[in-house]
Amino acid sequence: MTTADIAAPRQDPYHIGHGHGHGSLARGHGEGGPAPKRIIVGYGFWIFLLSDIVMFSAFFAAFAVLQGETAGGPSGKDLFDLRITAIETGCLLISSFMCGMASLAAEARRALWFHAAMAATFVFGAAFIYLEVREFWVLVEQGAGPTRSAFLSAFFTLVGCHGLHVTAGLLWLLTMMAQIFAKGFRPDILRRYLCFSLFWHALDIIWVALFTVVYLMGAGA
Amino acid sequence: MTHGHGEDHFRDLDSAPGDEREEFELAAGVRGYLLGLFLATLLTAISFALPWTNIIWKPGIPVALVVFAIAQMGVHLVFFLHITTSPDNTNNILALAFGVLIVFLIIGGSIWIMNNLNRNMLPGGEQTQMQMGH
Repeated sequence: MTTADIAAPRQDPYHIGHGHGHGSLARGHGEGGPAPKRIIVGYGFWIFLLSDIVMFSAFFAAFAVLQGETAGGPSGKDLFDLRITAIETGCLLISSFMCGMASLAAEARRALWFHAAMAATFVFGAAFIYLEVREFWVLVEQGAGPTRSAFLSAFFTLVGCHGLHVTAGLLWLLTMMAQIFAKGFRPDILRRYLCFSLFWHALDIIWVALFTVVYLMGAGA
Repeated sequence: MTHGHGEDHFRDLDSAPGDEREEFELAAGVRGYLLGLFLATLLTAISFALPWTNIIWKPGIPVALVVFAIAQMGVHLVFFLHITTSPDNTNNILALAFGVLIVFLIIGGSIWIMNNLNRNMLPGGEQTQMQMGH
């Protein structure tokens, strides 16, 4: 949908560029004018997501270093139920897919399909959070809370931080549904939706690293 | 997309991450996401099944898991986030490459350094005695 606005030659009233609209439309070479707002917003949010991933990498590093420090307490082998992890993974994957469907519906300007896909995204995301909270609850009940050992501190920090991101994403999702409902497919609302969908897909990528490193490798693979 | 006279200039333009370049087609878009979902499910299923099978030599399983995880992240990046190697994505790819560099430095560096420290600080280990003999 952006191809049209991208393709249209930018007005350049001061003739700053060399091409004066005839030559290359490449941006960032002093020609073609500034990039459309959608590209700038998307790129800026992409930089934020990468910095968020760098923050997660610090938690991953802490977990990797502290994995063996169980202080005589339970290790991942004793605690993790991989069936729950598999269901959580499925929930998040379907949620990410449904978010993609919502993106397509937004591009096609189909409000009903958009809200249906977003509702499905929310349901699967909420199911993921429910399973994770329940898992945490069971662990704390067993006396394997974050205070038990360095391993469990690192585990709760890493997985909990991802869970907090997903919770914030769910709130953002509801906000986006309300905004599309109230204001329609306006360009500024669609830019916000672009950021939300990037955020949601990025959380799924972090979960891939998480279930591999924490659960599969931690459960004694 | 036709590659006629002036059309090639379109290739020089940028794309936002998450945006697909082609003319918008609903069916093609759905097909892309379905393919991504299929590949991601396949890789996830392999990852979860791997520890319970004897296909791979046991000590090699963690390495195989990491390989499958990186492959799945690639699938997510391409099919869900639409980060591709086309020229319009150069900025996105460069930012991603820098992010990956930092991630590897933090994780790899931490594990490397902490392993070294752990080995050197073993109480009464041969290394300690060796160092004290100097």
